[in-house]
Amino acid sequence: MMGESVQYNWLDWKVQPPYLHPAYKSTAKRSPSRPLVPLTQSLSELTGPVYGHDEIHPLDNDLTKNSVKTGEPLGERIIVTGQLLEDRGKPISNALIEIWQANSAGRYMHKVDQHDAPLDPNFHGAGRTVTDQNGVYRLITIKPGSYPWRNHLNAWRPRHIHFSVFGVNFLQRLVTQMYFPGDPLLPLDPIYNGIPDEEARMRLISTYDHDVTMPEWALGYRFDIVVCGPRQIPFE
Amino acid sequence: MKQSASQTVGPYFRIGLIYGEPQNDLLKEQTVGERITLTGTVFDGDGKPMTDALIEIWQPDANGIFNHPLDPLCKQADPHFRGFGRAETRNAGRYEFKTVKPGGRDGSAPYINVHVFARGMLVHALTRVYFSDEPAHDDDPALNEVEPERRHTLIATLEGADEASTYRFDIHMQGEDETVFFNP
Repeated sequence: MMGESVQYNWLDWKVQPPYLHPAYKSTAKRSPSRPLVPLTQSLSELTGPVYGHDEIHPLDNDLTKNSVKTGEPLGERIIVTGQLLEDRGKPISNALIEIWQANSAGRYMHKVDQHDAPLDPNFHGAGRTVTDQNGVYRLITIKPGSYPWRNHLNAWRPRHIHFSVFGVNFLQRLVTQMYFPGDPLLPLDPIYNGIPDEEARMRLISTYDHDVTMPEWALGYRFDIVVCGPRQIPFE
Repeated sequence: MKQSASQTVGPYFRIGLIYGEPQNDLLKEQTVGERITLTGTVFDGDGKPMTDALIEIWQPDANGIFNHPLDPLCKQADPHFRGFGRAETRNAGRYEFKTVKPGGRDGSAPYINVHVFARGMLVHALTRVYFSDEPAHDDDPALNEVEPERRHTLIATLEGADEASTYRFDIHMQGEDETVFFNP
């Protein structure tokens, strides 16, 4: 059976952050300490949940509209778009992308977040979409604010949007964060700097794209996401 | 092209990932198979329950068929069972799924794939749930990669048989009973 002989690339540890990254304090007690066990990929890893466009509501991809109560959310409206690709460059269509983020003041709509910044009743901070036939997604949101956290004294997270991505199988599952160009907090952030490779860090920074920007309306940012793809296996 | 790097889900993932119908209930009325509860606690290296972890599972239906086009038997998959579930641990660090016991294919040991996400994890962890009352563990290629004294960390134990059998599967990120994690 053809399908079963296909093997996918694993996570690339030259690019991926380690479990234990001491500068990010909570990794100390939450990182596996024993060596990871290698797995022969079977059908259970090469399959995964299948999503369709019918599961997405029309406003799910517009965070400026999907939770309004009394009016428009406050802050700078932005457009975020990009392509979901396998590492050999093939676009992934019909993939579910879920995002969540703080509001423009740097506060999450979550009871655990007690940062002294205002909640915005018109901004829940969650959205989702499914990639089109070219692997492209597009979201409308508000530029998230920076916020403090308790990792170390005067620790602040750079502005970011959390991205959760399903590819075509369980191995392509990825949760990451999108950052913004020129953010002065990036060099200081232990989560961002947990990524061992500079180019890999740069790839999590969205790029400003004037072609995505819409006149009189919103700035546009581009953020492509790449997940593992099938490995090239030479013919015998 | 190079892979995008993973980053933590952080403490606020429920805003974006927990919505709609309860995602920890994989069952529909017509779903075929033995209904089970899969539950457990996620512990950190101090043995403290992790109250902000996210557990995702992926499994075949009761006949061992994945609801996915790559499975050659996909057309026979239970149409009332997608096979994906998502649960957050709350106050006591406990998660719970309502699902069916997966079938083993061709006499192999059935199992459920598990991803663990949490604040303090820059990358998710991959593990598997096998079942204490199922045979064929000795022939399972993945279990055979694991040192015998650590295999028990991958085996859920049958706790009771009320209306649905409950299997307990605790996850220890570290410590003496550290769960076996696979290279993801």
